[in-house]
This record gives sequence, structure tokens and C-alpha cells, in this order.
Amino acid sequence: MPLYLTDDQIMLKDMVGPMLGEEGPRHLRRLRDGHDAAGWSRELWARFGEMGLAGVLVPETAGGSGLGHVEAGIVLEAIGRNLTPSPFLATAVAGVTVLAAADDAVRGRWLPDVVTGSATIGIAVDEGAKHRPAAIALRAERSGNGFRLTGSKTFVVQGGTADLLIVAARTAGAAGEEAGITLFAVPRASEGLDVESVRLADSGMAARLAFDGVAVDADAVIGEVDGGWGLLSRMLDAGRAGAAAELVGVGGAALDLTVDYLKTRRQFGREIGTFQALQFRAAHLYSELEIARAATLKAQQMLDAEHADAPKWVAVAKAKAGQAATLAVQEGVQMHGGIGMTDEYDIGLYMKRDRVLQEWFGDAAFQADRLAVMNGF
Amino acid sequence: MAVVDEDVFRAEVRDWLEANCPAEMRAPVRGDEDLCWGGRNPTFSCPEQKVWLDRMAAKGWTVPDWPVAYGGGGLTPAETKILRAEMKAIGARSPLYSFGISMLGPALLEYGSEAQKLHYLPQIARGEIRWCQGYSEPGAGSDLASLQTRADDRGDHWLVNGQKVWTSYADKADWIFCLVRTDATEKQKGITFLLFDMASPGVTTKPILLISGSSPFCETFFDDVRVPKDQVVGAVNRGWDVAKYLLGHEREMISGMGLAAGDPSLGRTLTDIGDPGLRALVAAFDVDAYAFQAMSERFIDELKAGQAHPAQPSMMKYAGTELNKQRSELAMAAGGSDALEWDSARSNTGAAARTWLRSKGNSIEGGTSEIQLGIVAKRILALPG
Repeated sequence: MPLYLTDDQIMLKDMVGPMLGEEGPRHLRRLRDGHDAAGWSRELWARFGEMGLAGVLVPETAGGSGLGHVEAGIVLEAIGRNLTPSPFLATAVAGVTVLAAADDAVRGRWLPDVVTGSATIGIAVDEGAKHRPAAIALRAERSGNGFRLTGSKTFVVQGGTADLLIVAARTAGAAGEEAGITLFAVPRASEGLDVESVRLADSGMAARLAFDGVAVDADAVIGEVDGGWGLLSRMLDAGRAGAAAELVGVGGAALDLTVDYLKTRRQFGREIGTFQALQFRAAHLYSELEIARAATLKAQQMLDAEHADAPKWVAVAKAKAGQAATLAVQEGVQMHGGIGMTDEYDIGLYMKRDRVLQEWFGDAAFQADRLAVMNGF
Repeated sequence: MAVVDEDVFRAEVRDWLEANCPAEMRAPVRGDEDLCWGGRNPTFSCPEQKVWLDRMAAKGWTVPDWPVAYGGGGLTPAETKILRAEMKAIGARSPLYSFGISMLGPALLEYGSEAQKLHYLPQIARGEIRWCQGYSEPGAGSDLASLQTRADDRGDHWLVNGQKVWTSYADKADWIFCLVRTDATEKQKGITFLLFDMASPGVTTKPILLISGSSPFCETFFDDVRVPKDQVVGAVNRGWDVAKYLLGHEREMISGMGLAAGDPSLGRTLTDIGDPGLRALVAAFDVDAYAFQAMSERFIDELKAGQAHPAQPSMMKYAGTELNKQRSELAMAAGGSDALEWDSARSNTGAAARTWLRSKGNSIEGGTSEIQLGIVAKRILALPG
């Protein structure tokens, strides 16, 4: 398969891009300045449902669009370019990947609502400030016909508004071990579950969750008891590839804003873009973003092909896209000079979003380490 | 090509390679002596090297995507990709290393006359003529178009006088493709692209000793060299167009030089990574190496589909050569004092150190990194000035 978009994929890009681009970052500003409690627009999410985007990864037989990670990435790149707050990554990409493996009961209860854009999902994995999925310590202990969950989760993106939480819990072994992890489908409105919504630097919302013996039935288990690591990894890889695509969008837009500025801002009697010191940095940035885009598409294609090397390419994509986007926003603010520090200009919004996406599902250093471990060193 | 046809072709290629690629040609390349460059007086490190070249040339697969009439395999882009993938899968060496294939051939296909294509291209495909490139001069490096080597029109021939430098393997080459000045009143528009025999009277070469201890480049002197008139490629005074086109292909080639076939991981090849600090650097490098491999794949796919930006080879050349230098630096760091040995048998006569030193030229030859960044800034990002 060639490493560029097919005609159908370009059509999708040409549909989603202008749709989100019409309002662009003003959409984010409106939510932020209105102190919107959710941090994302239900109206827009319902449109995602109507257009088949919320069900992008859901098979057509289940009411979805039956598309793949490449297509999900196209949507996410547009989201990144326009800084559009959306439940798409957590719900339609990471969440759906887990729901696909769930029993009929859980899948039947949630998937139709996800596809129509009326239900959203929160991914509850991290427990500390850094992404370390093997370190999961939240306990799920057998109790009657089900389990009781005790412990805490953090950085549950849009967890405060999520209808369903995918919770990775420890049912055996000790923190640090990949064995002994089980995934649970937990409604947010569960007794004993305390949800503290916090606003992040990019004005999006994330939740800290405290589980105090939250009771769930046995059929809340998704996949195998104690054997959830594989499914958890698939979910995280779907999220990582998606975050990489959004980062490519963030970085690409930051580059475009910056190049436009270099062409218009005049100092010393000429456009600052004529200075070689800035030209070289802009060209290097372009190169890094092109490489990140290629790595991201490669990872998406490998995921869609269910290739054995997909996890390696996902780690590469998330790391590279993160580095490239971070470079883009840093160079963007610097080359904008003083106005790059003002809230009025969008470049700073891209810097904030990049920082959140870096952390989500593991930063560049985490991914590089994973790649090294997969390569045996 | 339909998927089922691809499967049929893949099976055919696999069977043919299995039957025709000698076992010796599936072993990793150990050094320069394992590379086959062909030419009038070819040297082969073993008989199988010649067998492999002859068999691949007979199939047209030294240049799989060139037309059959010019000695190529006439394969589609998809078929060419399959052939390369199948060769990679069995570790098959490239049967022929050739500036004719990577640089002159594409320029001839684009700018050559039909007679030139029929004459030169099959010789290139079969590895019968070894070519070198006469571009840089002592006073014309990054500012290549300021070159001064002259070709004067003497009615039935050109008379060439001047000096080239950094001529790769000029002392081993049979022919040269050379930029010469045919109009001193113009800059770019006074340059002509000329082909001639290095055995012509008046051509002398002098190897340049590099920091790596080898001499892959020469100074090349032309003293009243007579060149037949029909050996101009493209129009007289329009050689700069041909040169730029060719440089694009050269940049593609150089950008891919550091890429090991298959898994690009450096960490996997190191026996002792040492401390966690070095491990982190190698891990970060590996991210870049994989990512660049994806970029190369994307670039080649886009090139074949006619979608690549014309200046994209500059970005590839820049990124690929900088990455290759970084790889060599890390390999030296991981090799520690072992990698410092220069002429011991244990170190394969200093292979690590020599490779490291040679890699420094990658971001200079074929247009420096700074030249490439300037091209990207102006032609892709459309920055002013």
C-alpha cells in the first residue's frame, strides 16, 4: 500500500478540514471564554455522529462507517489544525477499540450511543503524573457476582462528562507487572465514584477519579480477567496513533502561522523571512513535520493491517510527532516575537494543546523507551 | 495493478530470485570491495558477483523501472517496489552500484536524444561503462553555477579546458558527465552538459586523500580535450536544467545512503550500549531512524505517483545525511575505544572510525545542508529573498 492518502481518504480530508476550519480556533476560544463546563461542544459532537465520524472505527454491520485508523487520523489532523475540542480521540478511537472487544451486553449497551454521538467515553489508565500503564495499582477485588474497585485515576481526559469510563484495574500481581490487569466498563454515575473535573492548560477538561469500593457486575469486565494487558495496549496504541495525528495537525498549523508571519512582518526594512537564520530554522521544522507525518501514516496503516510491527511504528509516530509539534510551537512563539506571547494570537493556543497531547498516552521519552525495549535493548 | 496480479508477480519474482541469486550475494556487504561498480575493466570480489550482475542485467533488473528498449525491466512502480521488497527479504545485494543508474540515467531519460538513450542507457544497465560526475570546481562549490571549465566550439568538436574537483572515482571511471561553460557572458544560461571518454587525450586525474584515509574523490584536469559535437545532452547553454534535474536524483541517492535495508534500529546492532544516558540517546536516534525510513517510503511512493514536490529531494538529502552523521557519532560512542582502532585486523582496518569520518562528507557533497535548507525555504515554504 503506497504511503500516501487514497482518493477516498482525500475526499474525507476535504470534507472534515473545511468543516472544522470554518470556525477554526475561534471555536475553542468561545468555549474557553464562556467558561464552558464540558470544554467541548455537544452540538458539534452530535454532528460528528450524524456524519458517521463518531463511528469511524465501528464496523458497518454495527452501524458505523467501517473505516480505519488512517481515516481516524485524517479527522484528528483536522482537529489538531483547528484546535477543535472534541471527544473524538478518547471516545471514537481509544474507547471504541476496547468496546469492539467487549461482550454483547456491554457493547450493545454503549456502542449504538457512541456511534450516534450521544455517549462519550473516558479512558482511565494513568494513576501518576506520568504515563506508566504497567504501574497500575487501582485494585478490583472479587465481591459477590462482580468486583469492587478501590483506588484512584488521574488525567482522565473529558472524564467529567463521559458517560462510560474504561478503567484499567489490577486484579492480580503487583504494580509494575503487565500480568494481572483487567479492563472494566464503569458508568460514570456509579456509587462510590468521586469525580473531580479540572481544567488543563489548554482549557480542556480532565478528571481525577477516586474509587471507594465501586461495585460492578462480572459482565462489566472487557476481555480476560488478569489478562487485560494486550487489550489495554491495543487501546493505548490506537490512542497514541490518534494523538500523533492530532500533533501533526497542531504542528502543521503552527508552521503555517509562523511562515505566514515571516512573510509579512517587516524589520530592518525587509520581511524577516528573508533572513537566513530564520529560513533555515523554518526549513528544518518543515522537514521534521514531513517526517512525523510519514511516520504517523505508516503507524496508522500498520494498525489497519494488524501488522505485528504496528506497536513499534505507533511508538515511533507518537514520539516523532510529539517532538516535531513541540519544535513547531516553540519556534512558532519565538519567531512571532512579542506578539507570540499574547493571548490574542493563536500560536500560544497551539503551544498549550501540544503540551497536553505530548503527555496523553505517553510522551516522546516514554515512546522511545518502549521502542528500545521492543528492540531488545 | 490488481491485487491478484501483484501476488502472481511477487511469486514469480520470489522464485526467480531463489533460483538466480547466488548465496554469496545474499551475505551482508562487508566493505567497499563487496560493491560491484562494473565498467570497462571491472573487478569482482568473487565469481558469483559477476554471475549476479549478468543475470540481473539480462532481466533488465539492474534498472527495473527503465523501458525495455533501453536495457531496463519495463516494470511498473508497483512491480519495482515488489522486486525491491523481495530482494530485501532475502538480503540480496544490489547487483550494480552506478552513478550511471542513479544520476546520469534519469537525466538522459528526461533530456537525452533518442539516439543517446539507445546508445548510453543499455551500457549503463549492463554495467559496461563506469561514469563519474564533473560538477564542482575549486572556485565553484556551493555556488556551482560560477563554474569556469570551458568548452570552445571548434566546428566539428568541442575543445575542453579547465579543472574539476571532488570528482567521485574519476581515477576509476570510463566516462564523465561534465558541466562546462559555453557562454562566458551568462551564468546559469551559459552552461552545457557534456559527455566524454576519460581516456581522451588531455584528461588527467589526481586522487585526494580524505580524513578517512581513503581517496574516493579526485581532482580532474582537462587540457585541450576534444569532444565530438553529438555528446551534448539537452541544448547547448541549457545544461543547468539537466544538472539541476540530475542533482535531484543525486540527493535522493545520498539521502538513502545511511539507510540499512530492513530494520533501521541502531540499538539492535550494538552489543554494548553501556550507560543509561547513551541508551536514551540511541533510543531517541532509533525513533528518528524509523521515522525517516517511513519518510523515504512515502517520498518514493509520491515520486512514482508524480505527487512529490520538485524540491522535496532537498529536504530528503538534508534530513537523511544529518541522520547518517548522527548514527555514526552514536556508533563511535557505543564502540568506545574499540572503535578507535585504525589499522588492526580486529577492527576490519578501522571500519568504524573510517565510516564515521566519511559520513561527515554526506552533508557537504551534492549540495550542503545549508544549500538544501535554503532551497526548502524558498521553493517549498516560499519565503522571500
